[in-house]
Amino acid sequence: MTGKDGLNLLIEFSGGAELLFNKIKKHNVSLPKSEIPWTIEKLLVWIKDNLLAEKPEMFIQDDSVRPGILVLVNDSDWELLGQLEYELQNNDNVMFISTLHGG
Amino acid sequence: MQANRNLTNKDIARYSRQIIVPNVGVGGQCKLKQSSVLIVGAGGLGCPASLYLVGAGIGRIGIVDYDIVEENNLHRQLLHSEKSVGEKKVKSAADALKRLNEDLQVDEYYFSLDSSNALDVVRKYDVVIDASDNVATRYLLNDACVLSGKPLVSGSALQMEGQLTVYNHNGGPCYRCLYPKPPPPETVSNCSDAGVLGAVPGVIGVLQALEAIKVLLGQSGTLDSRLLLFDASESVFRNVKLRKKNANCSVCGENPTITQLIDYVQFCGSSPNDKDKGITLLDDKDRISAIELAKKIESDEKLLLIDVRMENEFEICALPQSVNIPITKMEKPCHVDEIKEEIKSKTENHNIPVFTICRRGNDSQKAVKLLQTICKDLGVEIKDIKGGLHDWTRTVDSNFPIY
Ligand SMILES: [Zn+2]
Repeated sequence: MTGKDGLNLLIEFSGGAELLFNKIKKHNVSLPKSEIPWTIEKLLVWIKDNLLAEKPEMFIQDDSVRPGILVLVNDSDWELLGQLEYELQNNDNVMFISTLHGG
Repeated sequence: MQANRNLTNKDIARYSRQIIVPNVGVGGQCKLKQSSVLIVGAGGLGCPASLYLVGAGIGRIGIVDYDIVEENNLHRQLLHSEKSVGEKKVKSAADALKRLNEDLQVDEYYFSLDSSNALDVVRKYDVVIDASDNVATRYLLNDACVLSGKPLVSGSALQMEGQLTVYNHNGGPCYRCLYPKPPPPETVSNCSDAGVLGAVPGVIGVLQALEAIKVLLGQSGTLDSRLLLFDASESVFRNVKLRKKNANCSVCGENPTITQLIDYVQFCGSSPNDKDKGITLLDDKDRISAIELAKKIESDEKLLLIDVRMENEFEICALPQSVNIPITKMEKPCHVDEIKEEIKSKTENHNIPVFTICRRGNDSQKAVKLLQTICKDLGVEIKDIKGGLHDWTRTVDSNFPIY
């Protein structure tokens, strides 16, 4: 399957980011077919419209994730993969981690 | 015998089980004895971290903490005992550590780490452990470690989750490489508000000690350029790969703009002790004191008292007259109609006043603002209880539990 046929993804939230998603940490999602490839940038918009339950500003700021959230794709820092431009593959695991500060 | 020239017979007997581990050996044990580690925070992470460092025979450790031991620390900060409630945490921790190992030196720093003192303290140690509980201190320690070339073993924990990384080591990133901008203050939770299961920072703190020991021994396999995520609710550890040091990083990059410590409270928009700080959203005319509320209740005045804390907090203790509508529910547009209906039915069509209450009097103010919007066309009077349940205990009923 390629972006053109739609994509299946496992999207995860942790470190408290799940609170914005009805406290659900794991979401298996199917992205619809698209002529333009699915990038993380496009995924963020889709998440905002389809998964986010409340307070969008606590998740997205300036068309990216808000400061303090780290994005991982298949257990790798998104910085290593091109950040917002990374083209998602079928069965990718995308994880959004809110940094913890407590001790 | 060159290798063990620094180890006494007592050391050999005491650390023998560790010395015979090939990764340590006599050379490694000598190194540990000559090493020093700074632990910032003698709390849920700092207690287990320092305990295992002292157990392992680190020659000198320093502990920085400006807090006093409180009863609500005891479930996770296990160097402190019931007898040390009210004592300085650094003193209580140092005493406990010296009981464990009297040969080692423990330096106590009873002050709040800031730009004026951090570099002087950090420079005296080989490795720094970030066991702090707030964003401003995390940036401060990061910059101090980069500027003085020290590896930083950073841990954090909240509720059922923990995170662990080694910054500024082996070409790995620093905290700023990962997080150039601080998180908005309203997105940050602390243990005092969100809670933490004691064993979770216990696990992370012990791992921090382990990473510090590996760094001191010069071993590979440390958590630089990696992040260890611990989800206690699923019993899962995840080890994820992080970026390398960022050449454009403002502190550890090639052309740093931060060459000395800055004002971290200003940078983060929050200070190390924000957890105790009250906010003021409402005018005094929209607030009443706990004593005034007590008088109203006593004289059987009709009122609706809404407790806006989470359900599990309401379960801990609540005033008998109160009903629970968590603020998180008020914030969700989908509950607006339901809440409006409930208020209508409990205020006899808005003819009796509404009061909101929470733990300390912050969320109750936010709730008044939210309810004023939700019920704006109903003309109902809404005020909050200043100082919340803490003030109720302090000024009305000392038998009411405090948490
Ligand atoms: Zn950096």
